Amino acid sequence: MTAPFPFSAIVGQDDMKQALILTAIDPGLGGVLVFGDRGTGKSTAVRALAALLPPIQAVEGCPVNAATPEDCPDWANVPSTTIIERPTPVVDLPLGVTEDRVTGALDIERALTQGEKHFEPGLLARANRGYLYIDEVNLLEDHIVDLLLDVAQSGVNAVEREGLSIRHAARFVLVGSGNPEEGELRPQLLDRFGLSVEVTSPTDIEQRIEVIRRRDAYETDTDAFMAHWQAEDAKVRDAILAARDRLRQTDSPEAILKDCAGLSLALGTDGLRGELTLLRAARALAAFDGAAAITRDHLRAVAPLALSHRLRRDPLDEAGSVARVTRTVADVLG
Amino acid sequence: MTGHDPDAHRIERALAALAVDPGGLGGITLRARMCPARQAFETALTHFPGPRRRIHPAITDTQLFGGLNIAASLAEGRPVSDAGLLDQPGLIVLPMAERSTPGLAARLAQVMDAGRGHTLILLDEGASAEEVAPQALLDRLAFHVEPADDTLRAQAFRLPARADLDAARVRLTRIDIPAEAMPQLVALAARFGIDSLRAPLLALRAARALAALDGQETLSEAHLQEAAELVYPARATLIPADEEDAQQPEPPPEDQPEPDESEAQDGQSGQDIPDEILVQAIAALLPADILERTGARSRTRSAASGSGAGDRRKGNRRGRPLPSRPGHPGQHARIDPVATLRAAAPWQRLRRTPANADRPVIIYPADIRLRRYEDRSDRLLIFTVDASGSAAVARLAEAKGAVELMLAQAYARRDQVALVAFRGTGAELLLSPTRSLVQAKRQLASLPGGGGTPLAAGLVAASDLAGHARGRGLSPMLVLLTDGRANIPLSGEPDRATAFADSETVARALYAQGLTGVLVDTSNRPADKARQLAGQLGARYIALPRADAYGISAAVGAALDG
Repeated sequence: MTAPFPFSAIVGQDDMKQALILTAIDPGLGGVLVFGDRGTGKSTAVRALAALLPPIQAVEGCPVNAATPEDCPDWANVPSTTIIERPTPVVDLPLGVTEDRVTGALDIERALTQGEKHFEPGLLARANRGYLYIDEVNLLEDHIVDLLLDVAQSGVNAVEREGLSIRHAARFVLVGSGNPEEGELRPQLLDRFGLSVEVTSPTDIEQRIEVIRRRDAYETDTDAFMAHWQAEDAKVRDAILAARDRLRQTDSPEAILKDCAGLSLALGTDGLRGELTLLRAARALAAFDGAAAITRDHLRAVAPLALSHRLRRDPLDEAGSVARVTRTVADVLG
Repeated sequence: MTGHDPDAHRIERALAALAVDPGGLGGITLRARMCPARQAFETALTHFPGPRRRIHPAITDTQLFGGLNIAASLAEGRPVSDAGLLDQPGLIVLPMAERSTPGLAARLAQVMDAGRGHTLILLDEGASAEEVAPQALLDRLAFHVEPADDTLRAQAFRLPARADLDAARVRLTRIDIPAEAMPQLVALAARFGIDSLRAPLLALRAARALAALDGQETLSEAHLQEAAELVYPARATLIPADEEDAQQPEPPPEDQPEPDESEAQDGQSGQDIPDEILVQAIAALLPADILERTGARSRTRSAASGSGAGDRRKGNRRGRPLPSRPGHPGQHARIDPVATLRAAAPWQRLRRTPANADRPVIIYPADIRLRRYEDRSDRLLIFTVDASGSAAVARLAEAKGAVELMLAQAYARRDQVALVAFRGTGAELLLSPTRSLVQAKRQLASLPGGGGTPLAAGLVAASDLAGHARGRGLSPMLVLLTDGRANIPLSGEPDRATAFADSETVARALYAQGLTGVLVDTSNRPADKARQLAGQLGARYIALPRADAYGISAAVGAALDG
């Protein structure tokens, strides 16, 4: 398998790149949904994200990547107490996946050969403390969607099947991508994503030529291309780490909280998740910029990402939800 | 065989290029019904290196990606997994590609994106413009050929000798690309309205493969042209306009400081001569029905319910069988005995204890599998009736009659009916979606009429109703009875110009939602306005001056089912 296309070599698509960086800074943001046309580099960007993520500390051999030996689930019987460094897990959830591969199930091999009941962890266990990526999320089978909704909300995966009763932590950042022409997403699932991005093909000829040029260089002269861009990726990774450290010290002034509430009210978003995400995203962006406190500029930059997928659908508005958010932001923030 | 037949030559070149760079070019689509040329095409594929797998649109994930083989596992006493058809990189042939579901397309697209060297051959037998292979796949395959009638009788397609192909593969990575090649391909794609960036990328790879085939070291103009001719025509969404118009979307060339306009014009056209030749060469290859196709493409994605049948719905009582799922039998679900036994089978040896030794089969509740079916959902006809002006009373009475007639036939059709009337300054839901004739008669006993024509408000009410109906699993369709002469806009203040503009905006929004149907023009002298509105709605237009209930019911029934 070849190395994925480097993140920093992606031309344009600034919104998408920014959204992905923001979730890397603050995983509590709740994931990113990337929706857009074919051939715009959606999956390329998400797969490239893995190289940007700083490693995590986890117990050696723990199936759910627990941070301390006490957090390891009993059923796993992890013998080791050594803490090792491992890359942040980015787990692919393939479309045709079955329920038992997602949640985990009875280990058939051990059941058949040794007659033992043993739990074989699924994708949710592997994705704990990392990322769960669903390509073509709008085509996912309903019963898998329901299952994900529940786990993404509670952060716990509970398996009650085949005589097993098992629970383990499953806190992950959900990243989805898809093409809206092939099917819409249920509002309940939309809401689980913290940020959403609409991507379109670049319309600028020069930019399009640059895309082709880089992609061709990547395919024909992979080593030289990767050597150059991996250095760029390392810079972004350092910036993400620095922003993570600053995150706690970044101030959120009272006036900004008011702005968040005002924006959500003016747009009529459902629930309070919208303004919470807006605030967290703005804080992550402020930390990334090295600012001491969140400003209205930060709000302006993240409002379309945090709010555009939470609007009630208005069949009469042809402009699309991003335009509506931008318009309201201009009205409310001046 | 036919060196002089241009279509056959194109197919041969495309196949040869694909054989040189199978992983990079993705594959080829052949859109043709069963014919000698298709046989010849498939024979030519046997010369490709690597394994060749034939799959079908209804293939299951276990077959594609592998999984546990229950029968073998039981016999061996250990888990035996089957390898999936896609485990090994190679040639995947998908016949009846136009029948594949978005789900299968997405799975195949993911496999191709993984870059393991899979090559996909789509054999598309689609008869009409709407019937095409999934765009997600077409976009990833470099070539798309659609032989003309003469070529259909071709008996064989010649590929270069295996040694030549191997030599070309070695040359492939060493081909020099001139600096202007990429800008040229990108600009060319823009001229034909090709949005996806995969197109120029694939064209570049195709050009490289063609140059390698011809034993060249650098990419020549001729190879670029040939590659563009092979890759672009099927993706084009517009026919390039005359040179002056086409110049506008392109950025001005760098050497444009000349203030004199005529001089600048000359400079431009002088620079673009090779481009123009290219554009014309490709334009000559565009499918004749390109505009119709682009329309069909946008229609198939926005209005899924245009076929007259209800949308697909998954249920567990009737319809086409789907794979069974685990679950608990409830009042609506039926158990699938075979699947249940199959689920229980691997566990029999484990579950056997002295206590239950006399039982032939031991089934636990978790083994139970339920039947599922895919069903067509019920249709909801939303009658939206213009109740304004003097003709209101008569028109409403006829609409009411039509509603009752449609309901009378509803048992055969499984349709539900609702009625929205608009008059004065707003719209009103007179009959909630129902299948009951009695209820309809009671609710429609008295109908108010007269006043202005708030057409837009009526359409908004219909759209709301359609939204609710979709939420309950119905497929809504619109039956609009009007003369199209709106005079009250959404704001409620009389203003004829705004009123019509409003109703057109709403009509376009309804079209985007996929709510289509019939517009019955009830005016005495059928006018352009209603026809225009029907166009915006994507609805069928029927002119029925002084229509009676029977006429409306018959026309609507025929239009919706046809």
